[in-house]
Amino acid sequence: MDIVEILFTASFWVAAIRIASPLIFATMGELICERAGVLNLGIEGIMTAGAFAGWFTVYAGGDLWTGVAVAALAGAMFGLLHATLTVPLGLSQHVVGIGVTLLATSLTYFTYRLALPEVTSPPKIEAFQPLPIPVLSEIPVVGEALFAQTPLTYLAFVTVALVFWVLYRTPLGLAVRAAGENPSAVEAQGISVNAIRIGAVMAGSALMAIGGAFLTMSAFNSFFFGMINGRGWICIALVVFGSWRPGKALLGAILFAAFDAYQVRLQQITGGVVPYQIFLMMPYALSILALILVARRATYPKALMIPYQKGER
Amino acid sequence: MRLEAKPSPSLVVTLVYPVGAVVATLVITSLLVLVAGASPFSVFYLVAKGAAGSQFALLETLTRSTPLIFTGLAVAVAFRARLWNIGAEAQLYVGGIVTVVLGTGALPLPSVLLIPIIMAVAMAGGALMLLGPAVLKTRFGVDEVVTTLLVNFIVLLFVSMLLEGPLKDPMGLGWPQSSKVIAEAQLPRIIQGKRLHYGFVIAIVSAVIVWVIMKKTALGYEMRAVGHNPQAAGFAGIPVNRVLMKTALLSGGLAALAGFSEVSGLKGNLTLDLSPGYGYSGIVVAMLAMLNPAGVVVSAIFVAGIFVGADAMSRAAQVPSYIADVMVATALLTMVVAILMTRFRIRWK
Repeated sequence: MDIVEILFTASFWVAAIRIASPLIFATMGELICERAGVLNLGIEGIMTAGAFAGWFTVYAGGDLWTGVAVAALAGAMFGLLHATLTVPLGLSQHVVGIGVTLLATSLTYFTYRLALPEVTSPPKIEAFQPLPIPVLSEIPVVGEALFAQTPLTYLAFVTVALVFWVLYRTPLGLAVRAAGENPSAVEAQGISVNAIRIGAVMAGSALMAIGGAFLTMSAFNSFFFGMINGRGWICIALVVFGSWRPGKALLGAILFAAFDAYQVRLQQITGGVVPYQIFLMMPYALSILALILVARRATYPKALMIPYQKGER
Repeated sequence: MRLEAKPSPSLVVTLVYPVGAVVATLVITSLLVLVAGASPFSVFYLVAKGAAGSQFALLETLTRSTPLIFTGLAVAVAFRARLWNIGAEAQLYVGGIVTVVLGTGALPLPSVLLIPIIMAVAMAGGALMLLGPAVLKTRFGVDEVVTTLLVNFIVLLFVSMLLEGPLKDPMGLGWPQSSKVIAEAQLPRIIQGKRLHYGFVIAIVSAVIVWVIMKKTALGYEMRAVGHNPQAAGFAGIPVNRVLMKTALLSGGLAALAGFSEVSGLKGNLTLDLSPGYGYSGIVVAMLAMLNPAGVVVSAIFVAGIFVGADAMSRAAQVPSYIADVMVATALLTMVVAILMTRFRIRWK
C-alpha cells in the first residue's frame, strides 16, 4: 500500500478516532483543572487507576456503565486528594501531582496483585462493542470513522460539547475560568475560589479516569501494567497545544491520534528497515515539538499554579 | 482557613512534623495490610527484618540505596533551584549507555584511567540530556516537567533500539541485553563476595561534594536564590537562566552516575530493566530529605530499606510487594504536608 493511500482508507480513520478517544477524555479533564488554575500531574496515575477500576468492576460482575461510573468515582477521589493538598494548603502542584501519580499507580498495582494473585495472563472481560448509528454510519469513510465506534467514543465527543457549553455558556463555567485567571474577582462575587478549584479538579480527574477506563473497556478488554504508557503526559502537552480551548484540544487529540495510527501503518510498510522503536518514539517527540511550536504564543491561564489565599493580593 | 508563617521554627518543630509524616505513612499503609488480611505489626516487622535484620539484608539495602542517592541528589539539586527535573530516569539510562559503549573494550585502558573517563563522559551525557529541557524552559517557556517526562519514554525506547541493534550482546541468546563490561571498567566490591560495591562510596562522596556546592559556594547561593524567588534573584543581578543551566548540568550529571554505578558496580551490562523507576523514587528521596544533600543519603537508605524489606516480606506474608511503592508514595505526600506545617500555622476561622 502506498504511504499516501493510507490516509484515504476507512480503517485508518476508524483507528485514529479510537486512539483519540481516551486522549479526548483525559485532555478535557486536564483542561478543566488548568482552566481553574490547577496543574494536575496526577493524570498518568489517575488514568491507571481508572483503567483498573472500570475493568475490575466489570470483571467482578458489574455491567459496563457501572464500570465507567466506578472509574469516574475513583478518579474523583484522587482528584479530591490532589485538590486538598494543592488548593487550600497551596502545596507545590508539581510535587503533589507526581506524588498522586505514584500513589494512584502503586495502589492500583497493589490492588491488582491482591485481587488476582495467581494470574499469569490478564483475564478478559466483555468490552464495549461498536454501535453503528443507522444511516450515518453508512457514509463512506467519514461515517465509518465517526459513527461506527463504541458508545464510549460517542461519549468522548459529547464530553467535549458539554465541557465547551459549561465553560463558555454557564455562570459556573465563568467562575471556573475566572478562578484560573483572576481569583480575587471570583471571591469578590461571593464565590469561594477554593470550592470552584476543588470541584474542577475532582470533575477533571473523573474524566481522566474514564479516559483510562476506555483503554481496558473499549480499546482492549483487559488490564496490563504500564498500559497508560505516557498517555497522561501527552494529554498535558495537548492542553497546551490546544491553547486551553476544548475545540482546539479536540482537534489536537485527533491530529495526534491520526499521526499515531499512521506511524503504526508506516511501520508495517517499511517492514523492519527502520527500527520499530523509532516509530514508537514519534508520539513523544511530536508532543515535545508541538509544545515548542506553541509555547511562545501560549497564553497560560494567568493564575495557573498560583495558590489562592483569601485577602491576599 | 488560612496559612500564617511561623516566626522561626525551632529544631524540635522541624523534627516533629517529619516524624509525624512517617507515622502517618505507617498508619495509612497498615490499613492496606489489614485489607490484605495480614497483621500490620508482623508485616512491618518482616519489612524491617528484611531491610536490616542481618548482615546480608543490611548490605542489600545499602546496595539498593546507591542509585537512589545519585537520583535523590540529582532531584534535590534541581528542585532547590525549582528546575523540575522528572527525567532522572532518562539521565540514568544515558549513564548506563555510556558505560557499556566505553566499557566493553572500546578503550583498552587500566582501571585508574578508564573508570574516571567513563564517569566523566556519563556525567556529560546525563547533563546534556537535561540541558535540552532546560533550554526549552528558558528560551521558549516550555514546562520542563512535561518535556523531561516525555524524554524518559524516548530514551527507554532508544535503549531498547540499541539493545536489539548495535549494542546487542552476540552471546546473549537473543535477549535484549548488552555485552558485559571488561574487568577494568568494573567498580570493585567493598567486601569480597558481597554485592555492595564502590559505587556506594562514590555516592557518599558525591553527597558531600553537593553539600559543599550548595552550602559553601556562590553557585549554591545563586541556586537557592533562584529557587526561592526567580524575579527577586534577577533584580539582585543573578543571571537566572545561566544558573538554571548550571543546575541542569549538575543534576543531569548526578543522575547519570546512578546508571554508571549500576552497570559498572552491580549488573555488569545494560538491560531494559536496569532501573525499576529509580529516577522517580529519587523525587521521593529528595523530598523526604527536604532537599538537603546529607539528608538524601539517609532517606535513600530508608527508601531502599523499604523496597528490600518489602521484597523479603512479600515472600513470607501474602502481601504484594507493591506495598513498598504505596508506602513510598504516601511518604512523599505526607512529607510535603509536614514541611508545610513546620513553616506555617493553619488558622481555622
